[in-house]
Amino acid sequence: MVEPSITLEVFRYRPEIEQEPTFQTYTAPYREDWVVLDALNYLKDEVDGSLSYRWSCRMGVCGSCGMMVNGEPKLTCAAFLKDYYPAPIRVEPLANFPVERDLVINMDDFMHKLKDVQPWIIRDQEKPVSEGEYLQSPAELATYKQFSMCINCMLCYAACPVYGLDPSFIGPAAIALAQRYNLDSRDQGQDARREVISQHEGVWQCTFVSECSVVCPKDVDPAGAIQQAKVSGAIDWFKSVLMPRGSQ
Amino acid sequence: MREPYRRPMSSTTWWLSKRIYVLFMLRELTSVLIAAFLVVYLIQLAQLGQGAEAYTAFVERLASPGWIIFHLLVLIAALYHSITWFNLTPQVIVLRWGEEQVPPVFIAGSHYVAWLAVSVAIVWIVVGN
Repeated sequence: MVEPSITLEVFRYRPEIEQEPTFQTYTAPYREDWVVLDALNYLKDEVDGSLSYRWSCRMGVCGSCGMMVNGEPKLTCAAFLKDYYPAPIRVEPLANFPVERDLVINMDDFMHKLKDVQPWIIRDQEKPVSEGEYLQSPAELATYKQFSMCINCMLCYAACPVYGLDPSFIGPAAIALAQRYNLDSRDQGQDARREVISQHEGVWQCTFVSECSVVCPKDVDPAGAIQQAKVSGAIDWFKSVLMPRGSQ
Repeated sequence: MREPYRRPMSSTTWWLSKRIYVLFMLRELTSVLIAAFLVVYLIQLAQLGQGAEAYTAFVERLASPGWIIFHLLVLIAALYHSITWFNLTPQVIVLRWGEEQVPPVFIAGSHYVAWLAVSVAIVWIVVGN
């Protein structure tokens, strides 16, 4: 019996031999339990070792295998071949990012933005370890838990037309993470993050297209996080205007 | 060798590439019709200042088929914008009741209830009196 197969049209860009990217067509075995990443791994191992892409955990946790699958940002470890078969599958690097090689994007910009929003707990003054942990109730955890599920896979940036048109936008995941820490009862870093979040390139550049939340594999809802940050930013601003001396 | 490649993105046609982008753009464009309506409405108010005769003449002109179609389009635009916006409100407003989060359907639902109440009040004022 002939083993069923599936066609993959893969974006290739090899800067040492070509100035413009091309598409290369490969045939991989079709198996019902295979995902796009399995097919790419097969191609790399058995057909063309020069094919470059990122992956690590193959279980939706590490966030490194994000690519455009038929034009949609997807974790390729979670994009099953059976959802596309028998039609060919077009695999491209994540949209809106510069391409280093084949399916590998340059994520420097995102890494800088991530650092800019200081996604860690900031304290005015750290208490000594002898005083114990910073306690938090389940209700306090619930206020930010959804936003803490982000795996930095950057699918939301690939879905965001604002970021595509103007890469100075801080972007969905970074703002969602800033909001995650701003909402954390143990954190005191709102003022430190405000400059980055409330500037024009921060929340106000977002036009609420919402596609970031649609493509998020972890249901983080970055679009919601950004709108909520807009609301709290606006409330802070009104407070500072109405009560210049005692707004905090 | 590194020579990062930037894929081009059209600043005028990007929104045609996906259905959700088209729907977003339609929502944005509703504001053009609403703005046009407001201009007409301001002119109508200005006519009121010109006296009863001018105002009646203006309102009679608005009864022509062209203006009725215009107002129907404005109504559709306003409904589309309101409904899509109300459906998005649970993402913007997150309320807590004690330890529990208020269910998203209540946030969107309260907007619809308020909308209905205001609409009923307006109909009562316009038709009832």
